[in-house]
Amino acid sequence: MAKIDISGIYKIFGPNPKRHLQAVKKGLSKDDLLADSGHTLGLQDVNLSIEEGELFVIMGLSGSGKSTLIRHINRLIDPTSGSIRIDGENVLNLRQDELIQLRRHKMSMVFQRFALFPHKTVLDNVAYGLTIQGIDKKNARVIANDWLEQVGLQGFGDQHPHELSGGMQQRVGLARALATNPDILLMDEAFSALDPLIRKEMQDLLMKLQQQLHKTIVFITHDLDEALRLGNRIAILKDGALVQQGDPQDILLSPQNDYVADFVKDVNRGKVLKAHHVLAKPVSTLNTDTTVTKAKDWMMRHGFDYATVLEGNYLKGIVTLSNLHAATQETLRESVSPVSSVLESADLESLMPRMIRDTAPIAVTTDTGEFVGWVSRSKVIRLISPAQAVDREASLTEPVE
Amino acid sequence: MAFPEILDARSLRQGIDGFVNQLVIDYADSLERLSQPLLTFLVSVEQLLRNSPWYLVIAALAVVAWFGSRRWTLVVGVTLLMLFIGIIGQWDRGMQTLALMIVALIMCLVVGIPVGVLMSLSERFRKIALPILDVMQTMPSFVYLIPVVMLFGLGKVPALIATIVYAVPPLIRLTDLGIRLVDHSVMEAATAFGATRRQKLLGVQLPLALPNIMAGINQTTMMALSMVVVASMIGARGLGQEVLAGINRLEVGRGLLAGLAIVALAILFDRVTQAYGKRLQYPKQGDK
Repeated sequence: MAKIDISGIYKIFGPNPKRHLQAVKKGLSKDDLLADSGHTLGLQDVNLSIEEGELFVIMGLSGSGKSTLIRHINRLIDPTSGSIRIDGENVLNLRQDELIQLRRHKMSMVFQRFALFPHKTVLDNVAYGLTIQGIDKKNARVIANDWLEQVGLQGFGDQHPHELSGGMQQRVGLARALATNPDILLMDEAFSALDPLIRKEMQDLLMKLQQQLHKTIVFITHDLDEALRLGNRIAILKDGALVQQGDPQDILLSPQNDYVADFVKDVNRGKVLKAHHVLAKPVSTLNTDTTVTKAKDWMMRHGFDYATVLEGNYLKGIVTLSNLHAATQETLRESVSPVSSVLESADLESLMPRMIRDTAPIAVTTDTGEFVGWVSRSKVIRLISPAQAVDREASLTEPVE
Repeated sequence: MAFPEILDARSLRQGIDGFVNQLVIDYADSLERLSQPLLTFLVSVEQLLRNSPWYLVIAALAVVAWFGSRRWTLVVGVTLLMLFIGIIGQWDRGMQTLALMIVALIMCLVVGIPVGVLMSLSERFRKIALPILDVMQTMPSFVYLIPVVMLFGLGKVPALIATIVYAVPPLIRLTDLGIRLVDHSVMEAATAFGATRRQKLLGVQLPLALPNIMAGINQTTMMALSMVVVASMIGARGLGQEVLAGINRLEVGRGLLAGLAIVALAILFDRVTQAYGKRLQYPKQGDK
């Protein structure tokens, strides 16, 4: 069961939204609706299911309805039609007091303009969600202090928000949201108001915290780089409708329409794409126990200059034909020359210097060291600059493919 | 050319007179009884101020000034102003007026802030209340002195009520405005964390509206002071009465000295409430 299940959400803003719902469902466009009736179409037929523990990014330009959408999850905005289920329960059916309980315990929110309480100290800001629940001030402050420490603001508790920089204020915002220990964290353009360096810092902080906490995070942004960096999955919103959802690489490598393609055009692909996107799997591999003669025959028969040698699932290195001709031992073990390797999660940008420095093949392994394949130079070039035709020459330096 | 007579002005007047007379017959007694606690309150404040030694009163005001502003200059200023009132021989009347001001202000707070809060919460109530406030502020005070006197008789209570009616509108307006001006995103945050309406009002809206409410209190005190002379016409004692006597008897000196004492009180109230309002302002700069 999905943690958050949004289905068939329509939102029409205006004095009489219900009256225009049918027309919109039949396909009346946003512009026509506005011209006909003065109503604004906020969201149309949005369906999303967000799994427990994932960091789900909803992205779109301003006016795309992303901030409206995230406010449906905690019902700061009610939909015109559709349903929103959290842990299977339709939150639209909740009574006011049940809704308040849901907001207090199950979810919390981080805001673009921080929205801290200017009249409260930093510590009391962080403790706010707890004191609202009725926890006494002293205990709430103890918990709040822990969270201040987690976000790197120990010692700032007695100051007021306006005494802190933007980045620090948003750390307070994050700590305030985490202090109630909610399952779900709603982040509405949380880092958009920060300058790039601080934004990066906050992204790192969020990812670090998420590794420990495994919250279900819904993150809104207009910044694709941020979306690709943070998101386990990304949904792209345009004029209130979803245009594509998928994991970051999906979005980047197979945009479903021109709108998305336009979006991803200027993305730094080297940062988003990982080594496992440019894998070339060897047709076959040799083992350290294989005899030299067998290996030589096999390689000459297939016309290979060199071959991959494994020991179990782990990469041992490569052997070249010339090495084998000079070999004296019976098995391959002593003829193997080591090669450099990278993790499959390494981004392409970090691979580039190595690829340029020397032409030796680079192996790709899992976190635990198991061999998965080789870095394909032609794929790297194709993915990083898709517009350029692939140079035949590039494939000549490739290992077994 | 004369405007054609559509309604008979005489009978219209008589109708209103009759209505008010009936009101007096029906309700004057019960209203007077209802206002009894107000009178007791006012009298006891007056007694306290007049019976206390003058230096204790000055010391108490100095302490209030200190807690309001945390500035020594203001404490010294307040002390000098009070000494001035004493030196020009207006101490006792000054205390009577001060008592009236304090009680009027307290009553304005009791009435004004809840009404302002209601206005900010309900659009419908606001639509009804705004024109009433307009009337209260534009109607010449003499006009409603008449029915007030008829209902409550001459004396302290009608003077107090007239003062409240005249002085409370700015407090109501600024309470309403202050709450409406509270940053929308801060309110959204409170809602998102599951605050109830009451928690939002007491924990967020009122504290953040406080600088505006203080500005309202400042305005209300100033207006209450400006009612002192008018109120003395229907029985408020104190400095206003002295000014009135000065006018009636053409004694410039009498009127001027009392008038100066009123000015001294006005400066005192104004500076203390303003300084307190300013001190509340500082956290507001944040978050923007």
